[in-house]
Amino acid sequence: MRADWQRLLYWFRRDARGRWIGLALIVVALAVLPFVLEASVGRTWVRIIDLALLYAMLALGLNIVVGFAGLLDLGYIAFYAVGAYAYALLASPHFGVHLPWWVLLPVGAVLAAFFGVVLGAPTLRLRGDYLAIVTLGFGEIIRIFLNNLNAPINITNGPQGVNLIDTIAIDGVSFAKTNTLLGIPFPGTHLHYYLFLLIAVLVMFVCMRLEDSRIGRAWVAIREDEIAAQAMGINTRNIKLLAFAMGATFGGVAGGLFSSLQGFVSPESFAVWESITVLCMVVLGGMGHVAGVVLGALLLATLPELLRHTAAPLQQQLLGKVILDPESLRMLLFGLALILVMLLRPAGLWPSPTRRRELTSTRVSGTV
Amino acid sequence: MDIFLQQILNGLVLGSVYALVALGYTMVYGILGLINFAHGEVVMVGALVSLSVVELLMGSGLGIPVPAVGALALLAAISVCMGLGFSIERVAYRPLRRAPRLAPLITAIGVSILLQTVAMLIWGRRYHTVPALIPPTPHTLGGATITNVQILIIVVSALIMAGLMGLVHFTRLGRAMRATAENPVVAGLMGVNINRIISATFIIGSALAAIAGVLVSSNYGIAHYYMGFVLGLKAFTAAVLGGIGNLPGAMVGGLLLGLIESLGAGYIGDLTGGFLGSHYQDVFAFLVLIMVLVFRPTGLLGERVSERA
Repeated sequence: MRADWQRLLYWFRRDARGRWIGLALIVVALAVLPFVLEASVGRTWVRIIDLALLYAMLALGLNIVVGFAGLLDLGYIAFYAVGAYAYALLASPHFGVHLPWWVLLPVGAVLAAFFGVVLGAPTLRLRGDYLAIVTLGFGEIIRIFLNNLNAPINITNGPQGVNLIDTIAIDGVSFAKTNTLLGIPFPGTHLHYYLFLLIAVLVMFVCMRLEDSRIGRAWVAIREDEIAAQAMGINTRNIKLLAFAMGATFGGVAGGLFSSLQGFVSPESFAVWESITVLCMVVLGGMGHVAGVVLGALLLATLPELLRHTAAPLQQQLLGKVILDPESLRMLLFGLALILVMLLRPAGLWPSPTRRRELTSTRVSGTV
Repeated sequence: MDIFLQQILNGLVLGSVYALVALGYTMVYGILGLINFAHGEVVMVGALVSLSVVELLMGSGLGIPVPAVGALALLAAISVCMGLGFSIERVAYRPLRRAPRLAPLITAIGVSILLQTVAMLIWGRRYHTVPALIPPTPHTLGGATITNVQILIIVVSALIMAGLMGLVHFTRLGRAMRATAENPVVAGLMGVNINRIISATFIIGSALAAIAGVLVSSNYGIAHYYMGFVLGLKAFTAAVLGGIGNLPGAMVGGLLLGLIESLGAGYIGDLTGGFLGSHYQDVFAFLVLIMVLVFRPTGLLGERVSERA
């Protein structure tokens, strides 16, 4: 029995036909996933998967900065906020402007990239922990401004946030309502799922291609030893700025998509802990490994929801009352996971092969 | 003029608390080259522990005199925080001393999240009102008012900082600490027990954090589980401003940051024609941090630090 499975697996991986069939199976599975989820556990789960895909994009963007270039960014969610607010302000009754999504996503991306460079430029000379604190401060500054720019001129509508944001509509098919295609009803969450999946796969593809490119190798060189990288003729300033801009771009796009999905944004969605959540995804999944990071994002985005649906009833049943609310439980597990993973599996759950080799081989020279 | 003086006084009070917390960051950084990200949470734990002790003793009906209650609360906060600082170093930092630089920073974030969540579970999400052990009586000073609690904060901070300077410069432990900061390997060869010194550093830093927590919560009359994060961030800014790793720098940086913040918050409305208000107070700390790191990364009193590759 086991041999059969192994043979089948081998066939899927090695045989040309097998590969295509395997790929087709994956595509079909992903295509029917929202329907299966809705039928089995309800539509909320489709929405959870939508958000998980957004987190995957964020984690991939942050992975460029933290994983590839080794620049610890603790304010990454600011770029998400920039993308989300760019979309929200220009496609809602707040200003009465209603630009289409295909204009706004690029606008959000460019704006986020601009902020990425603005943040990157003064921090280029800083290393590691200094950079972490500055980026943290930057994230907070963005949030404070979003929170307070409602007076004297109302730009962001302050803590109330922006409401009634337009949903993406492709060729007249609005994602806000259920559309029937070929006799099958597609609710908005499902349509968002397909779009997000497409973009997430695209981002993944870009990241994988980047990793092996000249730029990707330059990032890794900077991560390993900036001075040596410079000596090898890498323009560290531009390459680091590029990492910030690139990572921010993905954050900005994800932000725009978030606005469309939620129809509402407020500064509360972009608190420091969100940055740290995304960082957790990158670290737990495997810094610098695209597939690992995606795994980390999907796990950390869906597990808390799983907890929310199981932990409270379970405690109710066993102890008669809810002692740990799901949100606290999530934070406890996050904190523990960060510590334990760093102590026990510093390369993450699914590390890249090279990184694993580096970390397991005996270090010749540590940081002194 | 009296508004100006008032802001200066407020800034001094705020600044002395920042300075106390900043000392904790700077001591650890000086010895390990590590930002103890969880330090702000230690401040929060100190504040909440002292609050609980005060509530317990005041509610017990034993009729313990007020100064004794205050002293007991402070002692409890200090001992809990010392234990906490010691354990944080043992669990989250010591095993990673030879790991890449990002690793201890990430565990520190983990510890920070854990402490915050545990504090939230113990003390709840609400804002606690801190009972005023010393009834605040205002004194006027050249047109500005300062309460006796605020005077106490300034005096206590100054005494503690003087004590710390004495400890570091005139005792055996202090000499060992300075030697370890200079070069841990050589200090070890000279017979300094490095691990003990590092633990001692964390313990002393945490004791200062506990005192700062008690002072800041009694000044504002409020304590809650989230108070440590922003305070820690600002204290770190103060440490960087003064030159991280440098003890007098942390004090100067703390006082300066307190002054900048309170003057900034007091005058930003006038300066921008009412466009930006005092709720931008928090932005100043971060702007100062970025400016310092860009223009003078070594801080005001810091010496040139070689790049650690």
